[in-house]
Amino acid sequence: MLALESIKTQVEQAIPGAKLEIVKNDAPSAQHSLLVNNTSGLAVAKYLRDEPSWRFDYASNVTGVDWPELELTEKIKVKKVVDGVEKEVEEVKKTVRPGYLETVYHLYSMELKHGPLIIRLRTENRTDKVHLPSLTPVWRGAEFQEREIFDLYGIVFDGHPDLRRILMWDGFKDFPMRKDYAEPDDYEYEPTPHDEVLDKAKQHYPAGA
Amino acid sequence: MDEGLRSELQKQGVFTTTLEDLYNWGRKNSVWPLGFGLACCAIEMIAASMSRWDLARFGAEVFRPSPRQADLMIVAGTVTKKMAPQVVRLYNQMPEPKYVIAMGACAISGGPFKQGYNVLKGIDRFIPVDVHIPGCPPRPEALLHAFMTLQEKIDQQQLTGEGRARHLNADQPSEFPVPEFGEHDLQPPNNPAVWKAPVLKR
Amino acid sequence: MQSIEPSKNFEIRPKLSDAGAVEGELLEVSMGPQHPSTHGVFRMDIVLDGEQVVKLKPVFGYLHRNHEKIGEGTTYLGSMPYTDRLDYFCSMTNNWAYALAVEKLAGLQVPERAEYLRVILAELTRLQNHASLCGFFVQDMGASGTPLMYAFREREKVLDLFEAISGARMMCNFMRFGGLRCDAPVGWLEQVQKVVDEFPAFLDEFQALLSENEILMARTQNVGVLPRDLVVNASITGPLLRAVGVNYDIRKVDKYGIYDRFHFRVPLGERGDVYDRYMMRVLEMRESVGILQQALKSVPGGPIVDPKAKLRGFRPKAGEAYGRIEGPKGELGFYLISDGSPNPYRYRVRPPSYINLTVLEDMCLGHNVADVVIILGSVDIVLGEVDR
Repeated sequence: MLALESIKTQVEQAIPGAKLEIVKNDAPSAQHSLLVNNTSGLAVAKYLRDEPSWRFDYASNVTGVDWPELELTEKIKVKKVVDGVEKEVEEVKKTVRPGYLETVYHLYSMELKHGPLIIRLRTENRTDKVHLPSLTPVWRGAEFQEREIFDLYGIVFDGHPDLRRILMWDGFKDFPMRKDYAEPDDYEYEPTPHDEVLDKAKQHYPAGA
Repeated sequence: MDEGLRSELQKQGVFTTTLEDLYNWGRKNSVWPLGFGLACCAIEMIAASMSRWDLARFGAEVFRPSPRQADLMIVAGTVTKKMAPQVVRLYNQMPEPKYVIAMGACAISGGPFKQGYNVLKGIDRFIPVDVHIPGCPPRPEALLHAFMTLQEKIDQQQLTGEGRARHLNADQPSEFPVPEFGEHDLQPPNNPAVWKAPVLKR
Repeated sequence: MQSIEPSKNFEIRPKLSDAGAVEGELLEVSMGPQHPSTHGVFRMDIVLDGEQVVKLKPVFGYLHRNHEKIGEGTTYLGSMPYTDRLDYFCSMTNNWAYALAVEKLAGLQVPERAEYLRVILAELTRLQNHASLCGFFVQDMGASGTPLMYAFREREKVLDLFEAISGARMMCNFMRFGGLRCDAPVGWLEQVQKVVDEFPAFLDEFQALLSENEILMARTQNVGVLPRDLVVNASITGPLLRAVGVNYDIRKVDKYGIYDRFHFRVPLGERGDVYDRYMMRVLEMRESVGILQQALKSVPGGPIVDPKAKLRGFRPKAGEAYGRIEGPKGELGFYLISDGSPNPYRYRVRPPSYINLTVLEDMCLGHNVADVVIILGSVDIVLGEVDR
């Protein structure tokens, strides 16, 4: 298998402006991925497909992921002066990792029969800057999958030939797969509810029951 | 009619019956279903009409492709909110007398996919259902049993009087309003004339 | 007839000069979602010039049951019954693909006997899926049910085997992470041997009746040809890909499970038309029978599940994994992102039928409406998988 380091250096040399980062994966599957910056996404994709020794001509899977804002708490040891004595005190440091939406592409090569190579593209935030370059001009197989990500997550793909909702009806307004989606309330009849469903069903119980 | 007189006449080759019995006998033994499979239960419906569990011997000889020629709609599979207006429209297009069998857990109440933003929690929110078949998917024998239950139900229908069948009663509607696609949900989310949430003692 | 409501940025009515129509108008038809031959709730908006297709857009989502959102709400094991309902013909292979992805995520090993039984169950699934598909396909051409009855007769034999080992005919829910749910009952392997020995007779009967049939050949040859340069770029997998001549079978490429121990060939087509795809499935059935014969000879004893796998309280480490198998319809993959909790953070299904529909329009342009029905039948879609 090709080492991600060598792919990273070769792509960065070949395409000016490309910035790649390796995202480590702790699971035993060891499928590490490359984070590509948005402006050179299309050029990097074309290079990966056409480069003769790699020939990643088959985009197997295109996934959208929602990463909402996360508050990370870290306990760090800080030297502070307490009651006149310098001591090492544990302080809780809170950082906010900003939220973003992400698209993950799994690439294989049908000609040379190797893979997978995983690349990721991230948006800047979850509210207004949700545009990403569409890789459909490079791999046509991404066409329906990018439409689905638009439908369910709200990422707008620039350069997609036909971007409209695919699984939900056209007048639907929300993006259902996001983590903060509130589903409509039709829990009137729940014979055996428990956990969250019990909370939702309680609002419909007739008064006094 | 006196039973003794009836058997005497039968030995002579004269058969007597009531108009109601004859009418119901004809209708229940030739119920033609609409070919309408939505999801996995449709495969069990097809298997029930294949050579191992033959549905045709109960009178469901052909599955009609067009709703205008069908008597029975077997809603087999999950009804989603995107599909619900089409199901109600198809039901409206069927001519009276018409019956609905809700096959599978999904058609009865949403089934395993109940916690879903796109799943309608049971087709009986919009159209009246005659027979429910639980199961996921119900075996073909369960579908045959449901068919026989429907035949018994048709047999009990009266032609005159207060409790007469729906299609002979001008007051009861036979077409139901089709829901529209709203921005977050169907408009209306259910039809109160058809479905009232059963009150459960908790 | 329902009217089509095109969305705002999609123009369904092309200019008349583009279509080359001399006079009159083009006809817009909505085929589905209730249609006797669309294999489920699938809809196609077709623009016709007389009888020929000028433009075709597939519309689906009528069975979108938000499987992925439910997957984020249940535990890893709790999603296993939902994978049965994805491609509802092939529940065993769906289960295997999901189990493979979780085993990659958590680093579990599968014992020998479980691997052999998995291969046997997957190839039986492939047999009954291809048999049913050939039956439906010929019914779409107008054979009004009889080949379908033959195919379902074979399918019932295989479903009896599934019921004996797992308790359910269709929704088996049988694979677990690191192995299987339980061992095969006594005498099950002999029953499988009997079914596998009788299967070639059915294939010969089917082939004699249909594959040399004039009507079938006239209706399917040179219909719905898929060009080779498009097929790889459009991420097509499965029998559609191999009908064009591209040799990519994940059983040979990834060598998951123990497929490298069995000797089997990968049939390849030439032209990529509907006839080639039909023959693909017939030949793959023969190869599956060969794999089954080899596997049945050497099933070892032993444990059925990895001793390190936990059923309750299963919390894999944070990370992600993508596992894929060669399902009967194409490449079925599962992509899981875990954050250390009992539920997956992101649970994604890579559905083969959905992606194979990308080229439906390219295959159908210029053909008649009757050919559209056959082409759709040869793509082999299952709406549970397309819409999830």
